[in-house]
Amino acid sequence: MTLQDHLLVVPIVLPMILGAIMLFVQKRNTQIALGVASCLGLVAVASWLVWQFATGAGILVYQVSNWPAPYGIMLVADHLSALMLALAAVLGLTVLVYASVRWDRAGVHFHPLFQLMLMGINGAFLTGDLFNLFVFFEIMLAASYGLVLHGSGPDRVKAGLHYIVINTVGASLFLIGIALIYGVMGTLNLADLAAKVSSVSAQDRPLLEAGAAVLAVAFLTKSAIWPLNFWLVPAYTAATPPVAAIFAVLSKVGVYAVLRIWLLLSAGAPDFGDEWLLYGGMITLLIGTVGLLASQELNRLAGYSLIVSSGTLLAAIGFEDPYITASALYYLVAATLACAALFLLVELLERTRTFGANVLALTLEAFQAEGAVDRAEVPEVDEVGKPIPMGMAFLGLTFVIACLIVAGLPPLVGFLSKFALLASVLEVGQQTVVMATPAWILIALLFISSLAALLSMSRAGIRVFWAPAELASPRLYLGEAGPVAALILVAVALTVGAGPATAYLGATAEQLYQPEHYSRAVIAKTAVPPPQQGSPAERPGQEELP
Amino acid sequence: MELILALAIGLLTGVGVWLLLRPRTYQVILGLSFVSYAVNLFIFAMGRLAIDQAPIKEADRFASLLQYDDPLPQALVLTAIVISFAMTSLFLVVLLASRGLTGTDHVDGKEPEV
Repeated sequence: MTLQDHLLVVPIVLPMILGAIMLFVQKRNTQIALGVASCLGLVAVASWLVWQFATGAGILVYQVSNWPAPYGIMLVADHLSALMLALAAVLGLTVLVYASVRWDRAGVHFHPLFQLMLMGINGAFLTGDLFNLFVFFEIMLAASYGLVLHGSGPDRVKAGLHYIVINTVGASLFLIGIALIYGVMGTLNLADLAAKVSSVSAQDRPLLEAGAAVLAVAFLTKSAIWPLNFWLVPAYTAATPPVAAIFAVLSKVGVYAVLRIWLLLSAGAPDFGDEWLLYGGMITLLIGTVGLLASQELNRLAGYSLIVSSGTLLAAIGFEDPYITASALYYLVAATLACAALFLLVELLERTRTFGANVLALTLEAFQAEGAVDRAEVPEVDEVGKPIPMGMAFLGLTFVIACLIVAGLPPLVGFLSKFALLASVLEVGQQTVVMATPAWILIALLFISSLAALLSMSRAGIRVFWAPAELASPRLYLGEAGPVAALILVAVALTVGAGPATAYLGATAEQLYQPEHYSRAVIAKTAVPPPQQGSPAERPGQEELP
Repeated sequence: MELILALAIGLLTGVGVWLLLRPRTYQVILGLSFVSYAVNLFIFAMGRLAIDQAPIKEADRFASLLQYDDPLPQALVLTAIVISFAMTSLFLVVLLASRGLTGTDHVDGKEPEV
C-alpha cells in the first residue's frame, strides 16, 4: 500500500483526531487554528479525490483492518462520494471561519463538536456498510444535537428538544430497517447486498422491501420530505447562523443515503418505491413553496428554501433516470451553497435592523390604515444623493446573488441547474408515456416554486435594503464577509466551469445507475498480503477493473 | 418462544409509541427508552432464535457451523445499546435544561391553554 491509498481514510480520521485534541486544548486561538487546519486538509483530500475521478480513476476501495468484503467494513469512494465530500469540506471551511469571528464564543465546545460532525458527515459519504452508515449517522447527529443547542436559551432548547426526539426515533427506524434487511439478506455490506438482491426469493421479497421502506423513512426524515419535515424550520431558525449553514449539508446526507441505498438495492431487481419518492418530493416542493410565500423573516425564508431544494431533489431522483439525476446533483450543489450563504447572510442583515423591525413590518402590513398614519408622522428625510454604505452594498449584492441561485434565475448556476433539470424532465416526459403526467406536474411545480422564491425574497430584500429611512452601516468583519463571498464565488465558479462540472456529474449519475460496477469493485478487492520477512514491503498488484 | 418474543417486542413498541406521543418530557424519554428496548430485541431476533448455541467458534466443539449461533446481530445490538443509551442521557440533560429555562415539563415549553 502506498501512502496515497491511505488518503481515503483521512476525511474521517483527521477531524476525529484534531477534534479530540481540541478537547484538551482550551485556548480558543489554538482550537481555531486546529479547526482551520483540519478543514483545509479535508478540502485538499476531497479535491484530490474529485480530480482523480475526473481524470478517469475507477472506484477506490479501502479495507479497514485489511478484511476483505463481505466480512470487513469498507470505505468506498466513487464519483458521488467525492462530490459530497468536496461540498461538505467547502461548507465546513467557510462556516468555520465565519463562526470563528464571534459565534463560537456563544457556548462551549463549538470547535470539537464541529469537527466531530464533519467526521460523521464524511464517514456517511465514504462507508460501504449499512450498519457503519448508521454509526456515522449517529456521530453526525450527536454532534449536531450539541451544535443546535450551542448558545442555549429557551428557543434553542425547545427546538433542540424536538430535533433530538425526531432524530432518535429516526435512528430507531434506521435500526429496524437494518435488522430486517440483515434478516433477509444475511449481509450488511452494501456491495454484497447489491450483488445478492436479484436472487432474493419471491417469498422473502416483501420482507426486504418492508425493511428498505422503514430505512427510507429514517433517511427521508433527515432529508425533510413532507410530512416528516415539520422539525426542520424551527430547529434551523433557532440554531445559531453558522450552525444552520452547516446543517444545510446535513439534509443532503439524507438525500445521499436515499440515492445510494435505493439504487444499490434496485440492482437487477424489480423497482420499488419510486412513486413514493416522486410524489413525496412533489408535495414537499409544494409545501416548501407555500412556506416561502408565508414567511416574513429572513431565516424562515432560508429554511423553506432548503425544503424546496429537498423536494426538488427527491422528486427528480424518483424519475430514476440518469440524465435527470445528473441535473439534480448539479442543482443539489448549487442549492446547498446558496442556502448556506443565505443562512450566513441573514444574520449579518439582522444586525443592521433595529429591534422589533420584523414585528413592525408585520403590523404595517396587517393594519394598512395605521401604517399610513404612522408614515405621515415620520418627518421627510432627504434621501436623494445619500449613498448606500459600503457594507450594505456588499450585503445587498451577495443577497441578490444568493436569491438568484435559490430562485433559479439567470445568469448563475441556479438557472443552469434548473434549466438542465427541466430539459431532462421534459425529455423523459416526451419519451415515456407513463411519466408524462408526473413530468408536467414537476415542471409546473418548479416554475411555481421559482416564482414564489423570487416573490418572497424580493419582498424581504425591499424591506431590508430600501424600506428603512436610515441605513445603519453594518460592521462587517473580513472573517464574516469573506466566507459568504467565498460561497458565492464557488457558485460562480460552478457557473463558469459548467462544462467540466456537468461532465463530472454525468459520469456520477452513469456510475450510480450501474451498481454492478460498485459491487464488483468492492468484492474483487482482496486483502493486502503481509510484508515479506526481510524484504521491503512490496506493493500488491492493483485489481484491474473492466 | 418466537410468539413470546414477538409479543414482547410488540408490547414494548406499543408502550413506547404511546408514551412518545404524550406531552410531558418525562413520558417522552420513557417512550424513547421503551422503543430502543424493542428495537434492540428486534435486532437480536433477526439472528434467529436458538438455545444452547455458542456464537464464537471453538476448536472442535461442533462439527458444523449450523450448530453455532449468528454472532453478528449480537455485535450490532451492543453498538445499538451503547448509542441509544448515550442519546437517552443526552436527552435527559436537554430535558432538565428545558425544565429549568421554561419552568414547565411540557414538550412545547409552555402549558396548553385550557
